[in-house]
Amino acid sequence: MTKYISLTNQVQLSTPSVQDYAVKVNELSHWFGEGLNRRKVLDRISMEISLGEFVLLAGPSGCGKTTLLTLIGALRRIEKGDISIFGSKLLHSSRHTRQRLRRQIGMIFQGHNLLRCLTAEQNVQMGSDLLEGLSYSARRDQARFWLRSVGLEDHMHKLPHDLSGGQKQRVAIARALAARPKLLLADEPTAALDSVTGREIVDLLKGLANDQSCAVLMVTHDQRILDVADRLLSMEDGKLLPSIG
Amino acid sequence: MRSYFWQKRRIPLAWLLLSRQPLRLFVALAGICFAGILMFMQLGFRDGLFDASVTVHRKLDADLVLISPRSMSSISMTGFPRRRLIQAMAHEDVVGISPVNWNFLIWRNPETLSTRAILTLGFEPNDLLLKDPDFTSKSKTLTNFGRVLFDELSRNEFGPIKEWFKEGKVVETELSGKRVRVSGLISLGPNFGADGNLLTSRETYLDLIPNTSPGSIELGLIRLRPDSNKGMVAKSLTASLPLDVKVLTKEGFIEFEKNYWRSSTSIGFIFTLGAALGFVVGSVIVYQILYSDVSDHLPEYATLMAMGYRLETLLGVVCREGFLLAIMGYLPAYISGQLLYLLVRNSTKLPIYMDTQKSLLIFFLILFMCMASALFAMRRLIDADPAEIF
Ligand SMILES: Nc1ncnc2c1ncn2[C@@H]1O[C@H](COP(=O)(O)OP(=O)(O)O)[C@@H](O)[C@H]1O
Ligand SMILES: [Mg+2]
Repeated sequence: MTKYISLTNQVQLSTPSVQDYAVKVNELSHWFGEGLNRRKVLDRISMEISLGEFVLLAGPSGCGKTTLLTLIGALRRIEKGDISIFGSKLLHSSRHTRQRLRRQIGMIFQGHNLLRCLTAEQNVQMGSDLLEGLSYSARRDQARFWLRSVGLEDHMHKLPHDLSGGQKQRVAIARALAARPKLLLADEPTAALDSVTGREIVDLLKGLANDQSCAVLMVTHDQRILDVADRLLSMEDGKLLPSIG
Repeated sequence: MRSYFWQKRRIPLAWLLLSRQPLRLFVALAGICFAGILMFMQLGFRDGLFDASVTVHRKLDADLVLISPRSMSSISMTGFPRRRLIQAMAHEDVVGISPVNWNFLIWRNPETLSTRAILTLGFEPNDLLLKDPDFTSKSKTLTNFGRVLFDELSRNEFGPIKEWFKEGKVVETELSGKRVRVSGLISLGPNFGADGNLLTSRETYLDLIPNTSPGSIELGLIRLRPDSNKGMVAKSLTASLPLDVKVLTKEGFIEFEKNYWRSSTSIGFIFTLGAALGFVVGSVIVYQILYSDVSDHLPEYATLMAMGYRLETLLGVVCREGFLLAIMGYLPAYISGQLLYLLVRNSTKLPIYMDTQKSLLIFFLILFMCMASALFAMRRLIDADPAEIF
């Protein structure tokens, strides 16, 4: 990466004490459903992720990992407790604030969710297009840079349709990183991949995130990739288990 | 300015969403184009009908006209006393008058011998009737008894009169059961009421319809001094003449005729309804296409929202899709419209033309159709929950 692009729309840090944290979750609880069907899926979760830290979140299916991720990603309304992203509180935040925060959070989904009508390069440029003050060609160069970084320089002009599962996930990683996030949320990015490819993808993600000093919260089932993490969190029935890392 | 453009430039997402699904795009464009053609056709016929209904009226050499208050339109003209026209002559601004008989007579096609009604005007060959360059020389031929001037733009069902006449043949046939000879050609044009037109002398006319009283006419033409105020003269004539005639300016007469077709018949309504139908069909098709387009790409739109794209940005994409569809659908509709108008002009001889008013109206109807559909399709997008894509 050649030049560092400062994020002009970075949310102001409110108190100095939290600025070491990318994410700070405080007594967060969440429910789904109405009336008799109302069910608690997250139970008083508290945790922090430091700037540049790589954290893995493991736990059985249905324990609330994805729900926690969407709450941190400002995609869902908080019901109880609070989350701070780079010192900015999400509770009672405006739609505009949440949308600005999302620009600083990269997301990688289990399904790659690439735009089918765009080539690999254009998909990644949808990420770099979020950067302000850059010309079209500069943003396209960014997209190409990230595609090279994930080893897809020969597939830039292919549509997602013509890429393998691993290649699509690489494009998704490039797209997430092209928006220069300070926090990356990944929900089982290797679930649809074979173990060798999965390992490659995680190593790639870890390397690139390290270079960018980008914090990562990755949800995974995969026992073989636990060693990449700086820290391992485990969940069960909506509760965070005492840390073992 | 230039750098601003490059900073604002984005991937043409709307265009790519449309063009990467060529079949769906084709169906959408075919639908819009079909709706456009339908609207062009219907509105074209409607306007053509209104314009054609006054081709004879426009050519009348008159400033004011007298008609019977019981006349409804050119297809049902009632007689009034010819004396009224002479009385009008007394007004100081009136410089000339022409009494005219106006009725439909049965014409026999000299080739196939089948019959058909034709609008026949009877007038004194020495009077002025139509504003036409060499009209006086043609009308002189009518001083001979049993002669008619045939409208060369009449529909082909009346026979190859124009061709035969130009070949120098003596064209004779039966009009209202009596023998007449074509002594010249004029150029007026058919309309929805009359398929063709004939001019003849009053003398011949009265012979063709023997029970017409010689003192009765259907139309009186009045020519005024050039510097006179038509409206004022019309008013003063209305005041001085009995109630068995109505005084109209020539423009008022044209409007009177158009108004008949517009309001007293359902023809105008039917064509407007046809155009509305085209609009509705087009709207349904565009809405279906845009709605399924948004639904299909919902996870992708949600992904963009999760990435930090604003809802407004994505709504803008749907808007642009609607706009692109409108432009791309309108162009072929416009071209087909032109071709169809040409076809209709050649086969029916109706004056159907593409005017700015019609082409703009239909463009905005199509644009409205596409934008409204886009607006409805957006509701689907607003409901999209970015949290559901994980
Ligand atoms: N939108 C929703 N509405 C109702 N219940 C939901 C919804 N999303 C998830 N759940 C429920 O919440 C629980 C946690 O789901 P999730 O966070 O997806 O678990 P995980 O990602 O750990 O498998 C599950 O029991 C699931 O059925
Ligand atoms: Mg999950």
